[in-house]
Amino acid sequence: MNFLKAFGHFWYDFLIGDDWKIAAYVVGVMVVIGLLVGHSVLGDTATLLLGTAVLMILFAVGVAVDARKTRG
Amino acid sequence: MDGTTVALVSAVFFASIVEFTEAFTIVLAMGVTRNWKSAIAGTIAALVALAAFTAVLGAAITTWLSESLLELIIGTLLLVFGLQWLRKACLRASGHKGMHDEDDIYAEQSREALEAERTTYRGIDLFAFMVSFKGVFLEGVEVVFIVVTFGLTADSLAMAIGGAIAAGIIVISLGFALRKPLSQIPENTLKYGVGIMLASFGTYWAFEGMNYFRDDESLSWPGDKLALIGLVAAWFAVTRLVIAALRPSASPASTEATV
Repeated sequence: MNFLKAFGHFWYDFLIGDDWKIAAYVVGVMVVIGLLVGHSVLGDTATLLLGTAVLMILFAVGVAVDARKTRG
Repeated sequence: MDGTTVALVSAVFFASIVEFTEAFTIVLAMGVTRNWKSAIAGTIAALVALAAFTAVLGAAITTWLSESLLELIIGTLLLVFGLQWLRKACLRASGHKGMHDEDDIYAEQSREALEAERTTYRGIDLFAFMVSFKGVFLEGVEVVFIVVTFGLTADSLAMAIGGAIAAGIIVISLGFALRKPLSQIPENTLKYGVGIMLASFGTYWAFEGMNYFRDDESLSWPGDKLALIGLVAAWFAVTRLVIAALRPSASPASTEATV
């Protein structure tokens, strides 16, 4: 049981890291963009630019939230 | 060697410098305060485990994944890793997180090593063995992952391995010559640069891997690989804006982080 716990902890640390929000929004954006691509909702360039812009905005918001926590 | 391969090898090289430096600090602390034989045995055991991990990871990736699924999964993971590195870099550069300091880590590791009980098995100090093993394996896994994923996705595995080996030789040579933590290496700046590269390649491959969801036509970036230059510039600009926005008027951030 201890081994399983340590094994799970290792992979959580490796894949998710210090901030679970990053993995959550990256996967979320990939799912949404996958749906847009699968249903051909937008053109290729628009889809790529939208996905990149959303990732960058979420990154900035996530870091700002963490910075506010450390100040508080 | 084209521009993409140069960028890839540079990213692998600098990521490896950072991870090997961190691993070296741990092994040095164990060797000096406990026992060199045990620290080196732990390091060798970790390298053997890493070789097995590399073989399994490489075989699994090449056997089970199609090209677009490979790009999607690897791109997503690189993006997560890159953004974790960039998050820390932004928090450090804006004064919200302490700077990574090998001298402090060495002192802490040494203090813990001096206080720990001495249990030996066939002349091997188990504490020094385990701490060295864990340090080298955990830092090494990240290097292996970056080498294998970058190498396979960009079809330049030999170049990626070469970059990591060169970094390893440099860190080990410097470490043995100086016999102290390599705190002069600007780790925080290197991590920031590597974070930008991981996030840019991750964004590029993850979205290109969206081809997995459709068969009729491929989704490709405008300008193809030239788009990577735009992504690097965009992630750099975003992080500089975040750092500038978060930095208090009288920031304690060091000059290294502001470079």
